[in-house]
Amino acid sequence: MKSSLFFKKMRNISRLLVVAMLTTVGFSAVAQDGDAANGESLFNNNCKACHSPKDEQVVGPGLKGIQQRRDLAWLVKWVKNPNGVIQSGDEYAVALYNKFGKAQMTAFPAYGETEVKDILAYIEKANTAVAAAPAAAGATAAAGGAAAESSDLFTYILVALLLVMLLVLGVLLAIVSILSKAVSGEVGAGDGGSFGDKLRNGLVAMSKNSAIRSATVWFFVLMVTKATLDGLYGVGIQQGYAPKQPIAFSHKLHAGQYKIDCNYCHTGVNRGKSATIPSANICMNCHGVIKKESPEIQKIYSAIEENKPIQWVRVHNLPDLAYFNHAQHVNVGGLQCQQCHGEIQTMEVVQQRSTLTMGWCIDCHRKTDVNTKENAYYDKLVQLHAEKSDKPLKVADIGGLECSKCHY
Amino acid sequence: MENQTKRYWKGLEELRNDETFVKNAHNEFGSFELTNSSENKSIVDGIGSDRRDFLKVLGFGVAAVSLAACEAPIRKAVPYLNKPVDTFPSIADWYASTYAEGGDYASILVKTREGRPVKIEGNKQSSVSKGGVSARAHASLLALYDIEKLKGPKKGDADADWDVIDKEISAQLAKGGQIRIVSSTILSPSTKAVIGDFTAKYPTTKHISYDVNSASGLIKANADSFGKAVLPSYDFSKAKVIVGLSCDFLGTWVAPDAFSTQYARGRKISSVKGGNKSMSRHFQFETTLSLTGSNADYRTTIKPSQEGLVALALYNKITGNGSASLGAEVDKMLDKAAKELKAAQGASLVVSGSNDASVQVVVNAINQTLGSYGATIDLGTPAYFRQGDDAAMNTLIDEVKGGSVSAVIFYGCNPVYDHPRGAELKEGLSKVALSVSFADRADETSSLCKYIAPAPHYLESWGDAQPVAGFYSLQQPAISLIYKTRQAQSSLLKWAGLNADFYAYLRNYWKANVIGGADFENAWTKALHDGIYEKGAVAASGAGTVAGVEAAVAAINSAYKANASGLEVVLYEKVGMGIGALANNPWLQEFPDPITKACWDNYACVSQKTAKELGIAQDDVVKVEVKGKSVELPVVIQPGQANGTVAIAIGYGREKAGKAGNGVGVNVYPLAQLKGGAVSFSAGEGTLTKTGDTHKVAQTQTHDTVMARKSVLQEARLAEYQKDSKAGRYFPHVVTSEGVKAPGEISLWNGYEKPNHSWGLAIDLNSCTGCGACVISCQAENNVSVVGRQEVINRREMHWIRIDRYYSSDAPVDDLSGLEVASENPEVTFQPLMCQHCGNAPCETVCPVLATTHSTEGLNQMAYNRCVGTRYCANNCPYKVRRFNWFKYFDNDKFDYHFNNDLGKMVINPDVTVRSRGVIEKCSMCVQRIQEGKLNAKKERRRPIDGEIEVACSQSCPTEAIVFGDMNDPSSRISKLLAEEKEGRAFQMLDEINVKPQITYLTKIRNKDVDASKAAAHAEHQHAEHGGH
Repeated sequence: MKSSLFFKKMRNISRLLVVAMLTTVGFSAVAQDGDAANGESLFNNNCKACHSPKDEQVVGPGLKGIQQRRDLAWLVKWVKNPNGVIQSGDEYAVALYNKFGKAQMTAFPAYGETEVKDILAYIEKANTAVAAAPAAAGATAAAGGAAAESSDLFTYILVALLLVMLLVLGVLLAIVSILSKAVSGEVGAGDGGSFGDKLRNGLVAMSKNSAIRSATVWFFVLMVTKATLDGLYGVGIQQGYAPKQPIAFSHKLHAGQYKIDCNYCHTGVNRGKSATIPSANICMNCHGVIKKESPEIQKIYSAIEENKPIQWVRVHNLPDLAYFNHAQHVNVGGLQCQQCHGEIQTMEVVQQRSTLTMGWCIDCHRKTDVNTKENAYYDKLVQLHAEKSDKPLKVADIGGLECSKCHY
Repeated sequence: MENQTKRYWKGLEELRNDETFVKNAHNEFGSFELTNSSENKSIVDGIGSDRRDFLKVLGFGVAAVSLAACEAPIRKAVPYLNKPVDTFPSIADWYASTYAEGGDYASILVKTREGRPVKIEGNKQSSVSKGGVSARAHASLLALYDIEKLKGPKKGDADADWDVIDKEISAQLAKGGQIRIVSSTILSPSTKAVIGDFTAKYPTTKHISYDVNSASGLIKANADSFGKAVLPSYDFSKAKVIVGLSCDFLGTWVAPDAFSTQYARGRKISSVKGGNKSMSRHFQFETTLSLTGSNADYRTTIKPSQEGLVALALYNKITGNGSASLGAEVDKMLDKAAKELKAAQGASLVVSGSNDASVQVVVNAINQTLGSYGATIDLGTPAYFRQGDDAAMNTLIDEVKGGSVSAVIFYGCNPVYDHPRGAELKEGLSKVALSVSFADRADETSSLCKYIAPAPHYLESWGDAQPVAGFYSLQQPAISLIYKTRQAQSSLLKWAGLNADFYAYLRNYWKANVIGGADFENAWTKALHDGIYEKGAVAASGAGTVAGVEAAVAAINSAYKANASGLEVVLYEKVGMGIGALANNPWLQEFPDPITKACWDNYACVSQKTAKELGIAQDDVVKVEVKGKSVELPVVIQPGQANGTVAIAIGYGREKAGKAGNGVGVNVYPLAQLKGGAVSFSAGEGTLTKTGDTHKVAQTQTHDTVMARKSVLQEARLAEYQKDSKAGRYFPHVVTSEGVKAPGEISLWNGYEKPNHSWGLAIDLNSCTGCGACVISCQAENNVSVVGRQEVINRREMHWIRIDRYYSSDAPVDDLSGLEVASENPEVTFQPLMCQHCGNAPCETVCPVLATTHSTEGLNQMAYNRCVGTRYCANNCPYKVRRFNWFKYFDNDKFDYHFNNDLGKMVINPDVTVRSRGVIEKCSMCVQRIQEGKLNAKKERRRPIDGEIEVACSQSCPTEAIVFGDMNDPSSRISKLLAEEKEGRAFQMLDEINVKPQITYLTKIRNKDVDASKAAAHAEHQHAEHGGH
């Protein structure tokens, strides 16, 4: 089963490799002079919600090969003012407009030739990069499979070892008992009864031994205490909490498959305390066109029609007494969402992956280096720290463990 | 508490060393009065606990743990349906608006979170209010969330629809007959235009405005003297010598916030070489110790019956004429004031709070003689803070009584309650065919009206204001309508058959009359953003000759007496409660009056001598009888009250204000007199008799008394200070085996490093007027609970910042007999006190659970959820600034104030935890604002800029007495100020115990002459003190 899957993957990869090589060859003829890096950020912030850089259709058409389809001047005109181009009666534009259900592209009046060139450069790069990426992905997947197998094997070995050790223990006990009888002169008698009797007698003798008895009692008391304490520490911790949401929104689809930037929906994450759950109008940016008929999407429509906001179930519940600010961690600290929220892009239903306990916060504050790069706020602190220590500056070094950083 | 030159005391009980005072002073949490023993003798009294209590706690604990183990409740996260582009949850939006209620004016900024206003702050851009916001304006925010407001229009007692009442009212109005609109001062020019349009439709309409704290005498005097029926603009900052005649211009008179700012500017001094070392000198002649009088350099007590003669005597002394004697003390001080006023020609200012036009004419003449017009008084730029016409109001009441009025509309006023003839108006209202009120609740007046068309709170409304000619300000809603209310302007327009859209009306009005010009859109947007639109003042102009002086002199001579012997009753306005319109505001009810430090009551203030003569004591309930009317209320012995007088505050005794305001205190408006048509708060001669009852007044003055330590207050006289900028400072010494040392040189402590920031406050005792705006500002910012009258008596008020008001006398510390004499008219010093954020904090060492710890930014931190309520920290705090939550104030029916209903809870600042029962709390130096400011800086990859982070108290201080900043930043205001004052006025409270606070005080300087003989005595005394060590 596993091996057949593996082969299938290999086949896929080789097929992709061929495609990728072909596309690379095809594109190299029309190299652009834009800045692909800038293009990428422009694309991710503005275009990605509706367009894929490949040829798949999201809201609007896939942009792969756009340079072959349209010339730069037309594209610039279109990006600046799509409505104008349609109004002017441009054949291609009108056809496009009709094809996509008469939904118009958002105008970007501030964009000129430079920006469009940058974005085109990114699209080209994205399509060339395709070649390498799936190969790498395939390799990781294969390695992952192997890792899973080896971990199973490890368990078997452990169980086997345990059995062996238990056997050894039994043998040793038998030897001890025989030897002790020999010492007490019972060997000669030869009529010591069956092995079962001996074991029973041994156990009775053992149970009468006060040291063993109290040790057993203590063992149980300690176990129960530990279990109680562990249980108490777990009170209020909702790790693994994955409530059913009113709308079956899938992060796996949006963030995983379509790679929509987290910022696109969670607009507050760089600004303030709350990352914000997107308002229905953000959903409508895409779902005004896509999958309108889906019953889940229909729920958004009815929310808007009835003027009733969607009541999501809160997954991450920090207690009111703790202050947490997304902007501090994401904008200033430069953390990835996944660091606290787990592999959100793989979650069909969002789950609380971290404990969100104070210990968890403190632990991270102890271990994490402060993101001081190009931030004048920290300059003096970095300098002072460097005078005292050669270790990197941790959050804990600049008061990250103080009460009033989170409690007030 | 004392230092080497003076003895200070907070209340007479401290001066006398009463038994209760001594007991309480040694007990941080006071003793509990068992009013209902079965109820109070429980685990919550904190005095002691018995076995049963232990079992109760144990049982509760087990139950709580098992409950906590249950599944956590499902919590919802509800996003916007359609999010406004620029609004982000958890990020505050600020809107500029205007507070203009009954002539009180402030240009404000409203902080909103998730669409609800949570804080009001001053708009520093306004050149009228200059960022000053009074305690009352801060507290007005809470009125927005008053659950007892009407939820829609009313017809009689029944709820009604707007359509129905509109139709009925319009029909009634159309019937003709005399129509009257009664209002308090309207600062809004567009509202006046609306009334104008209404009058055009119904020509029999007359608009009558009246002010409870009327200045109609002053307006009339200006009309008599100069032919201009206006209030002039004053500038106290330009005055070198100020004389106040029964005029509380820092507390309640005309525009106290603006005046406080100016006043403080004229008294800012600096110890740096070449810095300003001169300040204005302030004389005050008054009956009741007012906020202004307590700030005066020389204060003299007079009786209300002398008021006119004092003005006249001052006039005569300035012009060199003789005058009748008003008593040796008064004569002496008048001579001195007259001499100094004359010496400061062109930089002097005399103001009177009298509502008697003849007194004001004489004051005009004084100012004219001194050349104040064009210098400190500007008649060319009139102010509109008070527009009421007492005579017109009188006529109205006569008309209503006579039945000649067919319709009366009340707008922003409650005359049945707050007019001396309220009872007559109440009677007459039944004869009026149509009576409508715009009040937000069925108050004393509106409950008698046929219709109530409730107007929304000002934070829900559009509007404008013109407080001073040429200075406009805009009011915009910061929240959409909470209830089915409608702006009064819209109602009037609707009834006049016009378009009821007041926003459109306002814009058109501004386009036509205020801004004009081609670029209206941009100018309007800017004005809306800034909250103000200022055309600027015209050049200050002098005044012509003062007419009518002879007539005024004659009137004064016949109306006032130099030495009346009877007991005189006088009414006054409290700085917090004002005229009582906001009586249902628990913040204001619990705001300790700056002078008496009493809350939740009004009372009869009498001097110690008078009390002794009448045989009455503090808290005795007395019957005050004036001209056949009487009230019963408790006594407060008030140092500084003129002998032979009784002072009672207005604004209490509401019957239909709401749960917090009803039945608190006694309504004394009926005692006010009408003299020649003008309302006079001097009620005339009366009697005072003991009823035998007692009623404890909730006074906070001796709560949290800092124990017998030196160096709490440090003060000096100006002349001493000019010679030596360290004058009045106290330098403690500690005797060690290695000789005498300063306390800071030896320490048990390691101290804390402050590598990043070192947040601190510098508080200038010389600028603090004691107004208390910071107290309410802090309360709003930090979700401080209201505890109610009984709990204040139990010494459990929760304010994080208190203003200690100290009395002091000139008599040397050892002259015990001299002290009593001085307490008749003591000097007053105000000292704002919050957590001092000690570097070597005594509270931190005694906390058994590390709930209070120190930060690397100089803050003393308090983690409520770690606190187990041992209260060791409060016992060990030398400054007595820690507060214990005896109850779950936000969720306990016994504290049925705003915290206990869903609407009232909307005022909670979401950035600050609401503390639960059983934990200690205290000033956090607004750490939430510090955190926010730091984060904003980090987001922009820079250091915080000085001034971008302000704490609630420093932000709200109209006199800039409180300066907040980072003491590690050498360019910050606080660093510069402390550098200047390091070798001057800067001192830390209780320096001798070496706790190294982050708060620095600057000595109080009094502009008093130094008495040569006393100065010598001081020097000797000081010498002896030092020698003693």
